[in-house]
Amino acid sequence: MDIFLQQIINGLTLGSVYAIVALGYTMVYGIVQLINFAHGEVVMIGAMVALWVISSLAGGAMPPVVIVLAGILCAIPVCMAVGYTMERVAYRPLRSAPRLAPLITAIGISIILQHVAMLVWSRNPLPFPQILANPIFEIAGATISAVQIAIIVLSLLMMGGLTLLVYRTKLGVAMRATSENPQVAGLMGIDINRVISMTFIIGAGLGAMAGVMVGTYYGQAHYTMGALLGLKAFCAAVLGGIGNLAGAMLGGMLLGVVEALGTGYIGEITDLCHVSGISTALAERCAEDGHMVVFGSNYQDVFAFIVLILVLVFRPSGLLGERVSDRA
Amino acid sequence: MSESSWFRTKPGIFTGIAIIAAVLLILPFMLASVGTAWVRITNLAILFALLSLGLNIVVGFAGLLDLGYIAFYGVGAYTYALLASPHFNLHLPFWVILPIGALLACIFGVMLGAPTLKLRGDYLAIVTLGFGEIVRIFLNNLSQPFNITNGPQGVSRIDPFTVGSFSFSKPETLAGLVFSGPIKYYYLLLLVLLVVIVVNVRLQDSRIGRAWVAIREDEIAAQAMGINTRNVKLLAFAMGASFGGIAGGMFSAIQGFISPESFVLVESIMVLAMVVLGGMGNIWGVILGAILLSFVPEILRYTVEPFQKAVFGKMLVEPEVIRMLLFGLALVLMMLYRPAGLWPSRTRRRELASRDK
Repeated sequence: MDIFLQQIINGLTLGSVYAIVALGYTMVYGIVQLINFAHGEVVMIGAMVALWVISSLAGGAMPPVVIVLAGILCAIPVCMAVGYTMERVAYRPLRSAPRLAPLITAIGISIILQHVAMLVWSRNPLPFPQILANPIFEIAGATISAVQIAIIVLSLLMMGGLTLLVYRTKLGVAMRATSENPQVAGLMGIDINRVISMTFIIGAGLGAMAGVMVGTYYGQAHYTMGALLGLKAFCAAVLGGIGNLAGAMLGGMLLGVVEALGTGYIGEITDLCHVSGISTALAERCAEDGHMVVFGSNYQDVFAFIVLILVLVFRPSGLLGERVSDRA
Repeated sequence: MSESSWFRTKPGIFTGIAIIAAVLLILPFMLASVGTAWVRITNLAILFALLSLGLNIVVGFAGLLDLGYIAFYGVGAYTYALLASPHFNLHLPFWVILPIGALLACIFGVMLGAPTLKLRGDYLAIVTLGFGEIVRIFLNNLSQPFNITNGPQGVSRIDPFTVGSFSFSKPETLAGLVFSGPIKYYYLLLLVLLVVIVVNVRLQDSRIGRAWVAIREDEIAAQAMGINTRNVKLLAFAMGASFGGIAGGMFSAIQGFISPESFVLVESIMVLAMVVLGGMGNIWGVILGAILLSFVPEILRYTVEPFQKAVFGKMLVEPEVIRMLLFGLALVLMMLYRPAGLWPSRTRRRELASRDK
């Protein structure tokens, strides 16, 4: 089996999810210059609602595809409502407050959403019902499952749809105008509050899809799943250049691939047995075990943050972004 | 108006201080008569007050949001645990280790701050959050191939503080009073807290303290006034981190056992909640916040559990969950309705009240 190609495929799958979540961060940031810390929790709520709907419908007379669609169609409005409420309650009253204030409310909202989800669903990870047939295909020595293909294709479709929305519709023009200069946009007759609400709603809808995808991919959902996913997606958004839609897509895909390749190869790279010549004690241990790995695949979650720090040090504006290191 | 001049103008305040001091001195014996557990809880509350004061330098004075603060606490705690436990068979005295822990935490703080402090505040929040996660992942996994941190099992049988033959963990009787281990630690912690408060009060009024406030209020103006903003911010970061490191070392010694579980994101957020609730930038407010929030879980345990059992016949919502929900709500509501905290500092109140910025 070709490990390299396999890791690329896995990375692209995960990267698509990161990209979709990163779009939620970057859209909100582009318009109100706020890191919506609780976006990861929206993704988690999406996964939980879908899981709940799918498992209660599963086993009935409906065909599996319809059940999954029903799950998605329930998750999206719930997440949209959560996103809208969040903006109304926690961010809008603080729009002109110092930057620290909305960031702290965002953390508060995120804690509340997590624990409410825990109370409503479960403290333990719940298995995500796998009701769709998931055939596995082989390409050039690597395998790709139907779910992986679906995730990548759906993500690309959503990215295309969002691009069309932003560049071809009236709402998109209003969004771009607001992100350029809210005051002037307001003077031009754009209802700023509506545009900001819509941005949160669209971002939350994308988040719901991401939640369903990641739940299906990993086969489980947990009330804490949103936190780390959200952080990584934020790293992806920064990598691509925060506030930039194409950047979030590129950053998400790249981060997914970097993480998959990193996790796949770090064990081999940091295997001390490559340099077993430097000490006899080491050579003896290597002769016994064959491997002496310093950093194994359990360091998987470190890569996103290393990428984030590297980007911030060397190219704070991200790959495609404008300069953002201005002081507020 | 600074704390110290307020202090000087009211001589009657000394009576007040004498009363408070007397209460604080006899408090552990009163608590011990209820149960030693309460002395331990009070000790933890003082530890959290130390931590909050450290974070207050970063968040309250300099206005930099640090979401990975607990990592520095962890660095201090693990430094103490590794240098004074059977794990490596090292048993250095605490006055050697605590400065090492503080220095290490400080180095970590600078390493983290240097690349990010020139960026906008919200990036700093995310990077520090990521840093906190990285430290936790490393603490969890650095047991392979060389066992450094002993992984998720943590380090146990950590030495208590000892000076010569005087150990802080053994009970002693003096003039008819039994000084148990926790009570001794209580006095030590109280002493350290006092020192940290004095340091903080002096810092606040110093050249550096005023520079921090200037940066928080308006970075560009501060720069125009000749403040080297990057260095001054780094200093805030480094100082906050070293306070965290010292508190961590003491935590290690008091608990006798530590594991990565004690240094997770939730703990960072709890310390932040203490600072925000009490009043960012106000030393006394922060201490108030730390003490209030440290006792919340205990109060909930004694009220919510019996209440639910009496009304519903069983536990529906665990006190731990209620505590987290309360933390979250407190953060949101405080920012919306009382952004300067329960006991605000005057300048901070003025700053956060100006919405037309």
